[in-house]
Amino acid sequence: MSDFDEAQVAVEAALAAGARYADARVMHRRYESMHARNGEIEELAQREDAGLGVRALVGDAWGFFAISDLTDIAARKAGRSAAEIAEASATVAGRPVEFTPAAASIDSWASGCEIDPLAVPLSDKGDLLAGATKTAHAAGADLAEGLYQVWDTRKWFVSSEGHRIDQHIRECGGGIWATAIGDGETQRRSYPSHRGQYGTRGWELVNELDLAAHAERIADESRALLSAPLCPAGETTLILGGEQLALQIHESIGHAIELDRILGWEAAFAGTSWLDLSKLGALRYGSGLLNVVIDPTIPGALGSFGYDDEGSPAVARDAVRDGVWVGVLAGRDSAAVAGLPYGGSVRADGWQSLPMVRMTNVGLEPGPHTLDEIIEATDDGILMETNRSWSIDDKRLNFQFGTEVGYEVKRGRRGRLLRNPTYTGIGPVFWGSMDMLSSEIIAYGTPNCGKGQPAQIGHTGHPAAPARFQNVRVGVRG
Amino acid sequence: MISAAELVLRAGRALPGAEAEVFVQHVTRGLTRFAGSAIHQNITTETRTVRLRVHRDGRTVALSGQDPEALIARARAALDAAPADRAWPGLTPATPLPSEGNHDEETAAATPADRAARVRDFVRAAGGLETAGYVATTLHEAAYANTIGQVAGGRTTEAALDGIARTPTSDGVARLASIRLADLDGARLGARAATKARASAHPEALPTGRYEVVLEPTAVADVLLCLGIYGFNGRTVVDGMSFVTLGAGQLDPAITLLDDPAGPGGIGLPIDAEGTVRSAVPLVEKGTVRAVLHDRQTAALSGTVSTGHYSDAGFGVLASCLHLLGSGAGPADEVDGPEADSHVSALVRDVERGLLVTDNWYTRVLDPKTLVMTGLTRNGLWLIENGQVTRPVQNLRFTQSYPLALAPGAVLGVGASAAGQPATRLDLGFRAPALRLASWNYTGNAAG
Repeated sequence: MSDFDEAQVAVEAALAAGARYADARVMHRRYESMHARNGEIEELAQREDAGLGVRALVGDAWGFFAISDLTDIAARKAGRSAAEIAEASATVAGRPVEFTPAAASIDSWASGCEIDPLAVPLSDKGDLLAGATKTAHAAGADLAEGLYQVWDTRKWFVSSEGHRIDQHIRECGGGIWATAIGDGETQRRSYPSHRGQYGTRGWELVNELDLAAHAERIADESRALLSAPLCPAGETTLILGGEQLALQIHESIGHAIELDRILGWEAAFAGTSWLDLSKLGALRYGSGLLNVVIDPTIPGALGSFGYDDEGSPAVARDAVRDGVWVGVLAGRDSAAVAGLPYGGSVRADGWQSLPMVRMTNVGLEPGPHTLDEIIEATDDGILMETNRSWSIDDKRLNFQFGTEVGYEVKRGRRGRLLRNPTYTGIGPVFWGSMDMLSSEIIAYGTPNCGKGQPAQIGHTGHPAAPARFQNVRVGVRG
Repeated sequence: MISAAELVLRAGRALPGAEAEVFVQHVTRGLTRFAGSAIHQNITTETRTVRLRVHRDGRTVALSGQDPEALIARARAALDAAPADRAWPGLTPATPLPSEGNHDEETAAATPADRAARVRDFVRAAGGLETAGYVATTLHEAAYANTIGQVAGGRTTEAALDGIARTPTSDGVARLASIRLADLDGARLGARAATKARASAHPEALPTGRYEVVLEPTAVADVLLCLGIYGFNGRTVVDGMSFVTLGAGQLDPAITLLDDPAGPGGIGLPIDAEGTVRSAVPLVEKGTVRAVLHDRQTAALSGTVSTGHYSDAGFGVLASCLHLLGSGAGPADEVDGPEADSHVSALVRDVERGLLVTDNWYTRVLDPKTLVMTGLTRNGLWLIENGQVTRPVQNLRFTQSYPLALAPGAVLGVGASAAGQPATRLDLGFRAPALRLASWNYTGNAAG
């Protein structure tokens, strides 16, 4: 049997058991990671798993069954069980379930990859991490760490509507971290971002990061932070680096425009959204500089794919245009409830997980400036870079972020280093205060987006650039 | 199906001279999620994972997968190319296993219909309020073997209900975890969530600042989670990034904290993935730090023995089932108000002016060593005046050191008994009483 055949058997079994719609994914994923600490490799981990997940719609009730046994018998059991679970769901009456229409696709898709990350010799990878962390430790970091991660995922998707899609998605990336431990506090500097940089690319991405070249600098900066003055408290002009802005987009725009949250389907755990569907197309989300695009077609970004886990093709669409909210992240069933004509943003983190609305690449279109021009145009403010902490309320309005480092900005120049910078605000007020935006866009990868119960870990991308905001509260402390 | 012991024998034959260990896990998880008062996700997953870790000639590889022969072949290939590992702590020696873990056959065999029945009871008891949440049942079985003779296994079950009821302006929650599905009364929990939701409707804004608080068990579970990840984690202690000092009276004498998955009421496996047997670890006794949690590597670095808390979740050494002891005994009685039960009411009665807090949510660490956290309230927050809950309050953001909130003199009361709480993050269990604390620093509200 091919992997398509196993998925087909599961779908047919679900239909035979009474389903009016069914889809099935066979997934095979290989994962590799290596962690280094102060010049030593501590553990090499390699994981490999494969399995089948099948979704069945009986009447207006859903069931999902997943199993790691890829045999004909197991596939039939999975399809039949999914339909039986759906019948149990129907004992608590719900709403009618419909799908947005979709043409059945028969296709293959693969992400770009110049250097297969799983084919790079382990000794080379180890030398890279050991060398970079040894350098950072020798330069004064009490704790110097390095990590790379590789995911190699193959999927075979079949639906009762005639979809038959296979995809091969290779993702990798990594980073280094230097921590200085002081008297009663710690300070950390990261490169290239607080969790590293990741994309749907091959090992060439890691080579381009040139981790070793930044090891000494981040160690120096972590030690310097221990004696830097605290970030002052008050309201000021805030300039955010692109990496921090990527997380700001993720938390206060990306999650807020997830249609399942807007509809209340994640109310108990992940929360809802401050957005009201009746205001789609009219609500002001931010200043006129704010243009946000949902785009899973960006080559090499971490939230890229050919088709989502419902078989919808990757399509770019606007989320915010000229500061006005115009689009959502949706699946075919949630879109039908909302009366919208599109899905395309449903993914699962594995064969054993139920696909749900997830971010793809949600990011900014560029502005007209550079970071240097933004600093030069700022008389009095603070520049914050590299995320350290993040927290936002269940409606995605009230947020507080901390960054690893801050700098005074006085009379158009970057000044003193500042310790423990934080800023806080309310989403639409904050985005409405954005008055300068850089053109220096980078698609940052977020490999750890949590959502769902049990929690699934999503991979998302966020094109972002430095930007300036007015009258932001900074320096919140416990 | 091949056993852990058989697989480790095969690995030993195929990799002469290697130290090898095998950890086999079989998890059957049923999850019934509901929203808009209807079931919208209903899931059963059956997973079997084999973890093989081998060490030879100063190199270590840890692999997991489903095909034992493929794992051994991959281990052989990876061992030859792996970088040197100077931190290898060796294998777990043969140790008797006193318990195979807490489990319940009825819960292990629970069906989607069993879970749906509890959802139906919860929805009905909410009396027309919109509801959302989940009912989950999990059977977790594991077996371990290594080449120096340790063979162990165990299993555990968990049943959890976590649900909210909603008015247009408020949410109320009820949450409970146990090894037994039979302990989850959907009607009782639905009524509790609805009572709290109605009592928190139309909340008013409150100025930010320091307030005395009563944290319900639902909020205390988050405090325990963060203490576990950042404080009593052997990795953060070894790295010098924990607030913990062994032997020091860092917390209030009212605080006694264990990690105890296999004791009465505990949920969790009786071994970890390194085959170390778990028993109750007294982390804090009457405010004095007595122990931290270790895997084999952090134990070796600390000159002690593993407590059986190996984890590959990315946070270092993770707790399994944190149990903050209550001040008395006996289950709480239901109370018809936002306090929800008699143990919480008893703490509220002594508060002159403070806040009753249902949940601490989206908590993130600002500094791991001082364990300053930021986060928000959720699912119900009320002002307490002269021992009475007087009015609902809009959610607040806090920025607060957790150890300082529990410091000597800061704990004004501990609820009489600890309730089982499901984890909202990671795969941990909690048993938590309510706490009355002298001060909690609220730094933001709906204005920013």
